[in-house]
Amino acid sequence: MKTAPLLRLTNISKSFGGWSALEGVSLDVRAGEILCLLGDNGAGKSTLIKILAGVHRPTSGTLEMNGKPTSFSSPKDASTFGIATVHQFGGSFPLMTVARSFFVGMEPTIGWGPLRRFDKRTAAEIAIEAVQGLGITNITSGEQYVGSLSGGERQALVIARAVHFGAKLLVLDEPTAALGVKEATHVLRIMMQARSRGVAVVFVTHSVVHAMTVGDRFAVLIHGEKVADFRKGERDRAEITDLMAGGEAIAELELELEQYRSNV
Amino acid sequence: MATEVSQAKPKPSELRSPPRSQKPTRRRLTHRSEMGALVGMVAVLAFFSISGGAKFLSVGGVASWVNVAAELGIIAVPVGLLMIAGELDLSVGSVLAASSMTLAIASGYYHAPMIIGILLALLVGALTGFLNGYITTRTNVSSFVVTLGTNFGLAGLTLGMSRALTGTTSVSLTPGHFFKSVFGTLLYNGQFEVSVFWCAGVAIAVSWMLQMTPWGNWIFAIGGDKESARAAGIPVAATKIWLYVLSGLGAALVGIIQTCLYNGGQTANGQSFVFDSIIAVVIGGVLLTGGYGSVVGMILGTLTFAIVNEGIYYTSWNSDWASLILGVLLLAAVILNNTFRQLALHAGNRGASRTGATKHLENRASTQTN
Repeated sequence: MKTAPLLRLTNISKSFGGWSALEGVSLDVRAGEILCLLGDNGAGKSTLIKILAGVHRPTSGTLEMNGKPTSFSSPKDASTFGIATVHQFGGSFPLMTVARSFFVGMEPTIGWGPLRRFDKRTAAEIAIEAVQGLGITNITSGEQYVGSLSGGERQALVIARAVHFGAKLLVLDEPTAALGVKEATHVLRIMMQARSRGVAVVFVTHSVVHAMTVGDRFAVLIHGEKVADFRKGERDRAEITDLMAGGEAIAELELELEQYRSNV
Repeated sequence: MATEVSQAKPKPSELRSPPRSQKPTRRRLTHRSEMGALVGMVAVLAFFSISGGAKFLSVGGVASWVNVAAELGIIAVPVGLLMIAGELDLSVGSVLAASSMTLAIASGYYHAPMIIGILLALLVGALTGFLNGYITTRTNVSSFVVTLGTNFGLAGLTLGMSRALTGTTSVSLTPGHFFKSVFGTLLYNGQFEVSVFWCAGVAIAVSWMLQMTPWGNWIFAIGGDKESARAAGIPVAATKIWLYVLSGLGAALVGIIQTCLYNGGQTANGQSFVFDSIIAVVIGGVLLTGGYGSVVGMILGTLTFAIVNEGIYYTSWNSDWASLILGVLLLAAVILNNTFRQLALHAGNRGASRTGATKHLENRASTQTN
């Protein structure tokens, strides 16, 4: 781990009007690592990933990619740097076929002049290969509608698409939140597949279990500040849960619950 | 992009895809967006063939609804394209009247060469389309409101300008042999309008564009999920503006056709096309909220509309009942199309196991209804 991180955030702050969403957050994201970004609702996770995705520009602080100072002026700009953001539901088109959806905006063509046309066969072959290459074997036909896929398969399709088109950093915004146990396992496996190909993954989640299953490095945000940053195995599950809920808050809650119990 | 594609392609030996379980013929038939429209058209055709009798099926009878369908189709196909991209265009009625009056006033009243009048008429359509697209994409005001506004605005402008320039709301025009035969002649013993060919041309060109080109893929993507389409690098605003321009040009073309056919223009023409085009396209299986549909479906929907609209005159009933049939047909078609879309959505995944959570996502995908 002597090489420069793929992406380094130093003292990133972001405020909207007078309200500060992020304060002095520093993070390293390395190729071939899964960084779990943990935190309660409103902790600043969304703001942070929007900065990574080029949606927001930080109020202060610096971004470096491969050691070079960088700034993203738009989501498109961030994607040219190889950053792909996958939202919980977005990124796929239920009423399009797998082949069409996979190549949206990047359509392969054959022929020339007025006969230049979308190469459906190639698109279907590549899409199926890419998805199956990540271990999702249920998707067998490029003609299948995306809406006929399960939630996990749709996530897989979008992640496979990002990896295929050369994403170096995948930002996954709660990809497992709406999924059942089995489906979530699929998605976690795909994340590990992506990692083994040298892709850096930022995994935003509420689930400590999911995070601990795949994470190499963990960062916890509370009220816009990074309160902890540790490697796999350095903290146990109870400690992480405690951190995520904001330590004191949990203690207060337990006290309050205790009072209810004694009143009964 | 081509290099990326080729390098990502693994060797055949690495492929572990099971034998493809595609059943192309069966899927093609039952899982297409135009399936409901086909059923609807066959039903109304059978119904009016029986109740309308031989006269309905005579050359004259067939011509009556084919002509209506041809003019409507030229407008409905670009409107349907916009609808697949998730937008409406209610301004086609006034564009038709405005372009018709532009041609009639320029070439009929001021005696400019026909070609100048025609180009001006097309310009009116293109400019209105551009304005619709620009306002819709810039302000994020719903296209329903924007195009309703331009429809009224342009109607008023047309009426006002016609009176100011010519003192009347109806201007006659003698198109001359060439332009008459290109736009406004009647073929096959004076039965079929030449607009049938224009409609076929528009349908084939748009169908090719939608199904075969990357641009078509963008249109489906924009209608399916605008934000994801933008994230994938598609120029959403520019694409929509072009679609509005196409829609304006379609309406202007019908304006030109009607002006040449009837030897003049009237300011009140065309408003029926506003809702007729939407009815035809929705019967044709296009999803009102975007992302789904086909040109074949739009044409079938247009024919269905025309058959009901004209077929009623060949029956013994009063023509007042046509609207009732159309209303019922529209509702039935939407429900039928939703059913067929569900079938298409669940095709190919029959064997896969589903958990409760995936059901949730599926429902989310399939609750997009008209």
